[in-house]
Amino acid sequence: MDATEVGLWGVPLAILGGAIRVSTPFIFVSLGEAITERSGRINLGLEGTLVFGAMAAYAVAVMTNSPWLGLIAAAGAGLCFGLFHGWICKFPKVNDIAIGIALMLFGSGLAFFFGKPFIKPKAPNLPAIPFGGWSDIPQVQAALDVNVLFLIGAVLSVILWWAFRNTRAGLIVRVVGDSSDAARAMGLDPDTVRLLATGVGGALAGIGGAYLSLYYPGSWTERISSGQGLMAVALVIFARWNPLGCFAAALLFGGAGALGPALQSVGVTQGYYLFYAAPYILTLIIMIATSSPTRSLAGAPGELSITK
Amino acid sequence: MSGSVRKAVGVETIGMTMRFGGFTALDAVSVKVSAGSFHALLGENGAGKSTLVKCMMGFYHPTSGDILVDGREVKIASPRDASALGLGMVYQHFTLVPSLTGAENLVISREKVPGIVDWRKERGDLAVFMERMPFKLPLDVKVAELAAGEKQKLEIIKQLYLGRSFLVLDEPTSVLTPGEAQEVLGLVRAMTKAGDLTVLMISHKFHEVTAFADDVSVLRKGKLTGTGRVADLDHKAMAAMMVGDQPIAALDSRATPKPDAEIVLNVRSLKAPDRTGLKSISILDLGVRSGEIVGIAGISGNGQKEFLEVLAGQRPREAGEVLVRGLAYAATRAEARALNVRLIPEEPLKNACAPKMTVAENISFRTFDMDGNGRPVNWISASAIRAFGARLVEQFKVKTASLSSPIASLSGGNVQRAVLARELTGEVDLLIVSNPCFGLDFSAVAETRARIMKARNAGAAVLLMSEDLDELLELSDRIFVMSDGALVYETPIAGASVQTIGEHMAGHH
Repeated sequence: MDATEVGLWGVPLAILGGAIRVSTPFIFVSLGEAITERSGRINLGLEGTLVFGAMAAYAVAVMTNSPWLGLIAAAGAGLCFGLFHGWICKFPKVNDIAIGIALMLFGSGLAFFFGKPFIKPKAPNLPAIPFGGWSDIPQVQAALDVNVLFLIGAVLSVILWWAFRNTRAGLIVRVVGDSSDAARAMGLDPDTVRLLATGVGGALAGIGGAYLSLYYPGSWTERISSGQGLMAVALVIFARWNPLGCFAAALLFGGAGALGPALQSVGVTQGYYLFYAAPYILTLIIMIATSSPTRSLAGAPGELSITK
Repeated sequence: MSGSVRKAVGVETIGMTMRFGGFTALDAVSVKVSAGSFHALLGENGAGKSTLVKCMMGFYHPTSGDILVDGREVKIASPRDASALGLGMVYQHFTLVPSLTGAENLVISREKVPGIVDWRKERGDLAVFMERMPFKLPLDVKVAELAAGEKQKLEIIKQLYLGRSFLVLDEPTSVLTPGEAQEVLGLVRAMTKAGDLTVLMISHKFHEVTAFADDVSVLRKGKLTGTGRVADLDHKAMAAMMVGDQPIAALDSRATPKPDAEIVLNVRSLKAPDRTGLKSISILDLGVRSGEIVGIAGISGNGQKEFLEVLAGQRPREAGEVLVRGLAYAATRAEARALNVRLIPEEPLKNACAPKMTVAENISFRTFDMDGNGRPVNWISASAIRAFGARLVEQFKVKTASLSSPIASLSGGNVQRAVLARELTGEVDLLIVSNPCFGLDFSAVAETRARIMKARNAGAAVLLMSEDLDELLELSDRIFVMSDGALVYETPIAGASVQTIGEHMAGHH
């Protein structure tokens, strides 16, 4: 079969491939945000954490020539950002949303500052596994070239889904997120649990950033993130705080994000820019569809400041 | 430790004193709760009941005084110490986590929870434990979906599951139907009789104390004013110990209702979504006549709140009509003013006041933008607001430091007096009231009820929603029961029976 014969089939194929490629940062950021929000706090700073994670990963990968060390650096940086957010929010009358916005700008700014020298050099990429080897169509091969982080993200979402019901840590996070009073009555300290949950959430967001700079698009620039960190917050609400839902929603957002490039690749020359906006339009539609003036969101953690 | 039921322990306080700065919350209180007894603790709000039990539970450290558990002096420095001694408390506000199932709630509240929970084993253990429990409960349902009575039972079961054998119950029946209250207290009573449990129950319902308790202790203003066998005391004696010799407002005698009086409020085939949006409330036909009180009974969460919000204009309706004096009523300010509709929602500080604004301003909310003749004014007169506030504060005996104190600094009873002053001044044709006495002390309750009865006798149509059945029986001319969003039962007061009403509240019909 000739490669050009794929024709219009190229669009769904490119969307599938794009969904897998583009969704990975969404998966990690949304899983991180799901953990944080399940503990009763919202961290809007993950966008900044993502950008800083991307820079940290790239810089360390350039210097050590190991993408994995870069990944660890990104997770560490994310952890620090998360812990910082959690620590500030521990003080009375601090608004977690305002702190999140401040940290979002702070993280991006800091990343630009430290990232300047790393715009030029080339870092080694994270490895991908070619699942498309059985086919000789290049589009299929391209679509099924799956990065290991995507697979880790998929496994992680199942593990988290299981852990929220079957582990002590998971149950404790849910208790704290649903009722501070009940948590205190059990002798748990809600602030500590939220601090750790925000820290873990930040680390996952940092990993999402590492994926951006070390695989797709695969280089460090100041415009590396196009709002994935913020959209992930919408995505968590859409997924009803369920890790499996986060994974599915991330794929959906990834597919929407791949629509523009896919149309471009089959030769649509006009108007495809509009489709680049698909993820943002999807975010808007989801926010409108899931909101209601008269009822509260089903499944929302009771202590979350946006649903109180 | 899961599931071991220890033998009951007795607890005794000796000369317990607790001072917060210059304020003495407890003054040398000595109470003896013997092992295996059912002891009632009576007192008004602020009498020191919760301070006393919080000292027992290790939440507070008493200024002086000792605690004996089973006759031995012990030091209880934290709730953890209390639970190690087998002392537990069931709070008035549930401490269960709503989005977790009953089983998850029980397991996570244990002191030692394994890192990975083996649900197969836990379920087996729980089934064995529940065999020995007097209550049967579904443990695989989210707590949020349980009825209030079931939650209360689960709270008690949780304490027993944790191995507690001395339980403090803080007003355990305030959210239950009469039937549920009977059942829960009866079963707890049976456990004390069997010697498995000692109970200290905080209550203000005399009939519960008489029916279930062995002994009673009464607190007033931090002092122990009486203690003894329940069998030796009647309600009057207990009330005297509770309130001392302060005067209690008496209820006006009920003016004879006129059956052909004008129907002031008329609600027809009303439909509105409830707060989850999943169910809806539906009121087919409800009429309230001038000069009568129509009571609506029901367990909280059966749509009364939503119904009130529709009447108050806070919730949109999907269908149906609300008529006041035959005119469509959408609860705008102009309509409320023209038709003399007044509203006393529950939790008045939250729902009927601007907490940080002053007492005078809050009292003037209905009138501040009108002059003496009811015409709108452009310049608000601060002195007129103060004068109006001063007059009403005087008239309704609102105790406040000054007219310009924020209303949030007043006690619950005085906030309610201020709201009553605002709502009951001037012509009142329709009065909509919800849980007016929740959390008020004895004299404020009596006064609030007397005011509502006065408004009725003066010709107002009163719609009274309450979770307190005693209140409804005392005030209403007719009683409806609201269950699952609909009015399911109606009875004139003469034929009202607590049992039948309770059954309809529980949805057993």
